[in-house]
Amino acid sequence: MRQWLNQHIQAISLVLSRMRQNLLATFIMFCVIGVTLCLPGILYVIVNNLNQLAGSVQSEPKISLFLKLDTQPDKVAAIEQQLAHQPDVAHYEFVSKDKAWQQLQISTGTAAVANNLEKNPLPDAYFVQPKSSDPAAVEALQQQMQQWPGVELAQLDANWVKRLYALLELGKKTILVLAALLGFAMIAIIGNTIRLQIVTQRDEIEVSRLIGATDRFIRRPFLYAGAIYGIGGGIAAWLMLAGVISLFNLSVAKISALYASNFRLDLPDAGVVTTIVASAVILGLLGSYLAVSRSLLKFELVKH
Amino acid sequence: MIKFDQVSKRYPGSSEALRGVSFEIPEGALAFVTGHSGAGKSTLLKLMAAIERPSTGTVLIGNQNVSKLRRAAIPFIRRKFGLIFQDHKLLYDRNCFENVALPLYINGITGIDAAKRVRAALDKVGLLNKEKAMPITLSGGEQQRLAIARAVVSRPSILLADEPTGNLDENYATEILSLFYAFQQVGVTVVIATHDASGISAASGKILHLDHGELKHEVTP
Repeated sequence: MRQWLNQHIQAISLVLSRMRQNLLATFIMFCVIGVTLCLPGILYVIVNNLNQLAGSVQSEPKISLFLKLDTQPDKVAAIEQQLAHQPDVAHYEFVSKDKAWQQLQISTGTAAVANNLEKNPLPDAYFVQPKSSDPAAVEALQQQMQQWPGVELAQLDANWVKRLYALLELGKKTILVLAALLGFAMIAIIGNTIRLQIVTQRDEIEVSRLIGATDRFIRRPFLYAGAIYGIGGGIAAWLMLAGVISLFNLSVAKISALYASNFRLDLPDAGVVTTIVASAVILGLLGSYLAVSRSLLKFELVKH
Repeated sequence: MIKFDQVSKRYPGSSEALRGVSFEIPEGALAFVTGHSGAGKSTLLKLMAAIERPSTGTVLIGNQNVSKLRRAAIPFIRRKFGLIFQDHKLLYDRNCFENVALPLYINGITGIDAAKRVRAALDKVGLLNKEKAMPITLSGGEQQRLAIARAVVSRPSILLADEPTGNLDENYATEILSLFYAFQQVGVTVVIATHDASGISAASGKILHLDHGELKHEVTP
């Protein structure tokens, strides 16, 4: 047990002292990994924040029920009855064609248009607030109402929210693809760095093997190097991400102010940071493992 | 301790380096492998240390068949050996102390335990005052002694030396040979390959004379 611990401590201290000797190279390596991980990180934060924003808007979808122009008052009453008995409806509001016409004439901008019209073109309308905010349920309700006699058009006001959701879905997929591609790039970067280190330490590896070093002993310091690159790169990515988000927030705050909102991009939480660092460590380990295994195999072939 | 039975070794694209070699070296013995260069001395030593595998025949080290070892078991059989190479194979980016400590690190021995044993080994070869020196600053004889210190620091039961006196003048050579005699005195099996048969007599140890890959004669004291 103590021997085992000794070997690990020794491997870590060896790697750290090598990194201290090449401080600049190590720092640049951290930055490269940081930038690589930072890109999907930024996208994630933006999409995630927009998702939350969409969630708060989407909680009030409305269905506008426009009746046919020639609908008689008794038909209107029948529709009102149906709305009252519909269990999915939270509440509803009736706006008669005359009331709508008055509003149109009052409101600036449309008053000029309204005055040019000879008669009221507007239909009677109900504005319905569904109980559920689930897009599928609301859509089902909208389609049901569309079938009611006397209804010209049942319009779902939350359509733009659906479009935003579709876009966010695309954004999430983009993040996944980007993360996969950059993860692959990271394995290549770390693998190549480790490979170069192996080449410079080739004598040492060969001598160690001749005097009884196991593959594991030879691999160990390189695996630690990969993991440390991952940790350093992950922390660098986190710092960059925090910096970029803070920078974005300066502009986001201005835009939000114009919409009388106090929306801001949230900094990545502990879960996200842990995920970033952990995935960096795993990719680092993977990259160096592949590099060492390949090199060990190659050394063997040369010898025989 | 070391037993060869009808061992042949052929490298790809060349004639046989060893042909049907059989001999036995008992535990605690001192053996010289002699012969001209290219006679197969280095190959013989490499087969002992499982650096090469025989094409045919069996190599037994302490009743273990080295030629049949799994790859993963090879590092552990190597730890029984102290290897001294003609070109020293020292690490020139580390100082003397760290060079000698390497076999101990491989065995997971570090710290004060390791330091004690490294200093003891350096003391044995007369390099205790050079522990902080870099190997490149040492003379040829000193580098060879450093290599010996590294070979003995993990107290191996067998010491294999390939041309340990090859590039040294006579004084140094005698000095180094006497070091090997000293290790044999404390029970280590020592095998030395040398092209220089002068100064070796049957009185000092077993002699295996190779000629073109064949064991021509064997002298036992």
